Formats: sequence, structure tokens, C-alpha cells
Amino acid sequence: MTASSSGATGKIAWFFVAILGAIALGYIALNRGETINAMWILTAAVCVYLIGYRYYSLYIADKVLKADGTRMTPAFRHNDGLDYVPTNKVILFGHHFAAIAGAGPLVGPVLAAQLGYLPGMLWLLAGVVLAGAVQDYIVLFVSTRRDARSLGELVKMEMGTVPGIIALIACFMIMIIILAVLAMVVVKALTHSPWGTFTVAFTIPLAIFMGIYLRFIRPGRILEISLVGFVGLIAGIMLGGQVAASPTWAPYFDLSGVALTWSLIAYGFIASVLPVWLLLAPRDYLSTFLKIGAIVGLAIGIVLLMPDMKMPAMTKYAFGDHGPVWTGSLFPFLFITIACGAVSGFHALISSGTTPKMLANEKEARLIGYGGMLMESFVGMMALISASIIDPGVYFAMNSPLAALNPSGLADVAAAASATVSNWGFVVTPDVLTNIAADVGEKSIVSRAGGAPTLAVGMAQIIHGALGGLGSMSFWYHFAILFEALFILTSVDAGTRAARFMLQDLLGLINPTLKRTDSLFANLLATALVVMAWGYFLYVGVVDPLGGINTLWPLFGITNQMLAGIALMLCTVVLFKKKEQMYAWVTIVPSTWLVICTMSAGWYKAFSSDPAIGFFAKANQLSSLLASGNFKPNAVFKSQEAVERVIFNNQIDGFLIVFFMIVVVVMIFFTVQACLKALKSDKDTAVEVPYAPLPANAEDILRGAVH
Amino acid sequence: MFENLAKAGKYLGQAARLMVGVPDYDTYVQHMRVTHPEQTPMTYEEFYRERVEARYGGKNGTSRCC
Repeated sequence: MTASSSGATGKIAWFFVAILGAIALGYIALNRGETINAMWILTAAVCVYLIGYRYYSLYIADKVLKADGTRMTPAFRHNDGLDYVPTNKVILFGHHFAAIAGAGPLVGPVLAAQLGYLPGMLWLLAGVVLAGAVQDYIVLFVSTRRDARSLGELVKMEMGTVPGIIALIACFMIMIIILAVLAMVVVKALTHSPWGTFTVAFTIPLAIFMGIYLRFIRPGRILEISLVGFVGLIAGIMLGGQVAASPTWAPYFDLSGVALTWSLIAYGFIASVLPVWLLLAPRDYLSTFLKIGAIVGLAIGIVLLMPDMKMPAMTKYAFGDHGPVWTGSLFPFLFITIACGAVSGFHALISSGTTPKMLANEKEARLIGYGGMLMESFVGMMALISASIIDPGVYFAMNSPLAALNPSGLADVAAAASATVSNWGFVVTPDVLTNIAADVGEKSIVSRAGGAPTLAVGMAQIIHGALGGLGSMSFWYHFAILFEALFILTSVDAGTRAARFMLQDLLGLINPTLKRTDSLFANLLATALVVMAWGYFLYVGVVDPLGGINTLWPLFGITNQMLAGIALMLCTVVLFKKKEQMYAWVTIVPSTWLVICTMSAGWYKAFSSDPAIGFFAKANQLSSLLASGNFKPNAVFKSQEAVERVIFNNQIDGFLIVFFMIVVVVMIFFTVQACLKALKSDKDTAVEVPYAPLPANAEDILRGAVH
Repeated sequence: MFENLAKAGKYLGQAARLMVGVPDYDTYVQHMRVTHPEQTPMTYEEFYRERVEARYGGKNGTSRCC
């Protein structure tokens, strides 16, 4: 890329990329009110990514970070052939992308589509180029210069012990909320769906078979058994169709949300205390390969099918604050609803995890950190397209809470939902809703919130259409559901384990015996605490009659963006300490934006007097309803206990938000303090590993890795 | 042509294995032979088990995102 861009031909080529991007963006901007083709969106996005990568990330590499291609990297310094291995940049890109891409970029944009596709699209583009990719890249770079240390350690080294511990506690709590919200996406997708539930349950014996094969029959032959596993998955989806049609078997897999919640909690506990080779590792292989395959397949499908965007560019919810999918105004809530895909704080943990241990040359951090995040944004863009090519009426019927769609509790849910959604201005007939449900092999698609089913309907239309009608819609729908559920469940297992180790580290501060990972008691205790913590949020979200997604997702988005803000504050401190403060706007601008968005979103969620938005306002509204003695069980609240539970949960959520807001304020204080101290010093005070040249035979060692 | 295809296949295999946390075994053996000639490298089976434990054993912290 650098070779081709140095000459005049390169400049001309980039000029044309810029022109093409401008034409595509202009076309999107001028075609309000008419349907446009998804290819315009995709073209505009790719041009913005290319230009952001070619110019802005190069500016960061050369001017801000002054990346030095001769400098020793941890991969060479600690080369052990295991954790620290200098790795070819393309292979490492794959590793890094597989680690950062999860359910986040698939769910957020689907929820944000209630505003229309334009706001989400613009935030995905601006957010990734100026904030998300910058964060991933600079954290990777900072960690590489500090022996590949983790985010918590980096904060401790550069900002002090207290901010370090605060960052660790915040990471742990964010992890719990992520696990709860991800598990809820699965519950919402599988409720009363025997087909989906069977295929997901089928992966457990399949993974155990793979685990035994990998351990005893042909140890470590990952790729061949993954191929067998993939065939098993396809067979599972087909068998699921039979099971759902069978009156004998279907009832066993036709589970309510609460039953699924308890199954998930029990499963999460068992899966994270079982030996990892038996269940966790083999399922990780299946889900990782399926994820990459499905993303590539979706991209090819969109290009082949070239679908029209049916969602308007902006809906009326972009101008008000009472959208049915989630409440709140465009600012600040768009910027926390789409977290992953634009900017995700969690990536700071990945960029300071395994990737810096394998980075061969710090110049390559640009491709892997910045480029990897651009790729994730592309995935988010495809999710936004998938949600926007389905009929807006169908979209709102699928994503709104039942309490809004069917407030009087009519028996014919499809008729009630179509009447409500049509009344909102998105005309849809009950037949359309029942026909789509029949097409995808489900009893009902009404109020399947959480993003996954909507994405699955969009993906099924794209893949089914692109393959010229090969396979049935119901097959591709359940393929898409399985693809999401599988890697969410892998995240839940692995996340529970990781959170358990984090908790044991924290508990070790109180009692050293609890830190020992070889103690069965300490392991079971920490695992149980972690499962109970996310299980609590999951359970209350599932039983919440007002719909848990619109409570939990903002909580997740706010905390994730706060973590990104904190990671960018760390980067700012590092730039000040390196005496590069004149370039620190690169991290100060996105960090400030994230602080503004998360603090105002947090403020609204906690203290807004509108009960539809504020947690405490909702609790107070319901409390006074109970106190007045006028409460009668209705379609939404079936009993007084249900009301009391919602009051209590809203209070907990409110306190959590306030806690996170305090964390951000404290971190801002430490950041300003560290920057002022760095300004007073007249020399570089950053705690980097001193310069050493790469080994002379670095190229040979690296080539040895690829022969 | 066939050589290039074989090379591409090898690349893809390595990339796929590293995505799930297993680095290249040949690289490991070569590293051991050059830098620690006095030690016997692990067999592929031992190497694989060690990598699985390391990926999910908590030593490396979180291995994936939301």
C-alpha cells in the first residue's frame, strides 16, 4: 500500500477513491424520501474506511506516535514460541479481528435503525475513523511499547495505583453487564422457538464429541474436526426443523423466557467449571469459524443481491424521544446504542491482551489495530443494512416490547401488533407478520426484541436471495440465529471464566486464599458469584414486562463507551508524558466526545423526570401508583409483586449508572492531574521499555513462521 | 502455481488455528531448536494441550469481545 501510494499514480488512485466516496455520500444525502440501493451505503463506507486508513492512521503513525520500524517488540524480546511469537501481519490481523468481532456490532446497529439508517450510518463512519480505530490502534501501540501489558497495568504504570484499581473494578462490572445483555439476546431469540432452541442445545453434545476427539482420538487436529463439527451443525439445523414440526418432541424445546434463563444460568456455571478441553474450546472453534464464514457470506450476499433499503433515511423517532425500541433522543442515545462498530471500550482489553505479544513490528500495529477496527465497523454497517432492507412495519413489530404492541392483551397478537405499528405510521398487515413467521418456521415474530431475530430475518433474505433461492428461508433464518447464539454462548462461558479470574484477583486483596486458582472452593465460590451477578440482571431483564433490552442495552452501551473514554484518557496521558501534547488532540477529541455522550446519557437515564427514560422516575412513578392504592393487575403488570420488582430493578440500575458516572469523574481528575504533572517536567516521563533494535535476523525469524 | 496454492493453504491453516489461540507448531519447534537446544520440545499433543490451557486458563485474561 505504501509503495503504490508514494507515486503520482497512487495519488491519482486515492483522488478517485475520494471522488467515489463523495458521490456515494452525496447520492445518499440527496435521495431523501426515495428508496436507495444498499450498494450506495456500502460504497460510501468502504471509501471512507480507505481514506481514513490511508491518511488519518498514517498521520497518527508518523506524526503522533512516531512508530519506529527498527524498535524491538515484545514478540522478539520474549519469544517463547507460545505466547510471544513474532507473527506475520496478515495472520495476526485475522487473530485480532476474530477476537474483537462479537455480537456487539451486530446488535447495536439493528437497535439504532429505529431512527432510520442515516444517523446510524454516519455515526458508524465518523465514530470508527476518529474514535474507535484510534483507540484500538493507540492502546495496541502503548501496550507494545510496555512489554504487552494489560490495560489495568498500563493505567497503573502511567497514572497511579488508585486509578489502576478503579479501572479494574470498572472492567469487572462492565463484563458482568455485557454477559447479562448478551445472554438476554439469546433468550429473546430462543423464547418459544423449539427449532432454535433445539439447534443451540444440539451444539452441546456436538462440542463434547469434538472435545473428546481432540483430546483422545486425534489430539489437536483442530481443522479436520471443525469441518466435521460444521457438517454436524448443518445437520442440527435440519433436524431442528423436524423436531419443531413433531408434536412429541417440540414441547421439550418450546421454552419460556424464564425457563431459558434458568437453563442458561445453570449452563454457564457448569460450562465454566468443566475442563476447558471438553466443551469450551471445541465450541469456541465452531463459533469462531462460523462467525468469520457468516460475515464473509453476508458481505458477498449483499454485493450479489444489491437489496433496496426499505427503512427511511430518518424516521420520526430521530426527532422525538419516545421511540418504541428504546427511548431517548438521538443525542446522546444514538452514540451509546451503537457502541461496538463505532467505538468499543472493550477492545482496549483485547488490544492490550494477546495481540501485542505477537506483533512483529510496531509499524504493523496500524494495520492490525486501526485496520481491524475498520473491519468491525464494516460488520456493523452490514448489520445496519440487514435491518434496513426489511419492511419498517415488520422491523417495529419485531423490536418493540409486547406491552407497547399489545397494550390491552388481545389474543390475536399479530393483529394487535399490526394495528399498533400501522398507527405509528409504518403500515403493515397482520398477514405480512404471520407470513414472515411461517416463512422462517416460527410461531410468531412479534416482539422478538434484542436484535438477533431481526438480523436473522434480514440475513436470511440476503443469503436466500443471493443464492437464487437455494435452501429455504427457515433454514437460513435458523442458520443466522445459530451463528449468533453460538458465539454469544461461547462469550458467556469464556467471559464467566475470565470474570471469575478477575474476581479472584480482586477478592485476593481481601483474603489471599481466595486468589488461588487451584483451590476448588475458591473457584466454585468465585464462579457462583459471577454467574449470580450476570444471572440477576438477565433474570430481571427477562421478566421485566416493559422489555429488558431497552433497560439493559443502554446500561451496556454507556459503560462500554465510558471504558473507551477511560482508555483514550490513558492514551492522552501517555502522549503528554512523551512531550507530544501538541498531537494529543487526536485522543482528547474522541475522549471528550465520549465523556459528553456517556455523562449526558447517564444523567438522563438516572435523573430524567420522564418515567420512560429515567430509572428513578420510573421507580417513583410506580411507587406512587402502589401507594395510591389504585393498582389493579392488568395486561402489563400481572401482580403487585411484578410492580415491586420493576421498582427495585430500576433503583439498582439507577445506582449503577451513578456509580459509573462517579468513576468517570474520578478518572478525569487523575488524567488532568497526570497531564499537568507531565507538562511541568521538561523531559519524557513515559514508562516505556527503553529502545533496543530488533534482532538482525528478525526477517528470517519471521519468515520461519511462514516458510 | 501449485506451489503458490500450497503456500496459500498453509497461510490459511495457520491463520485459522491462530484465531482460536493455537500458534504455529513448526515455528515453536524451530524456536526451541535454535534457542534452547538442550531442552526437548513438547510433542504436538503436549503443545496443543498447553495452548488450550493458556487460552482459557485465565493467564491471558479476556480472549474475546462482546
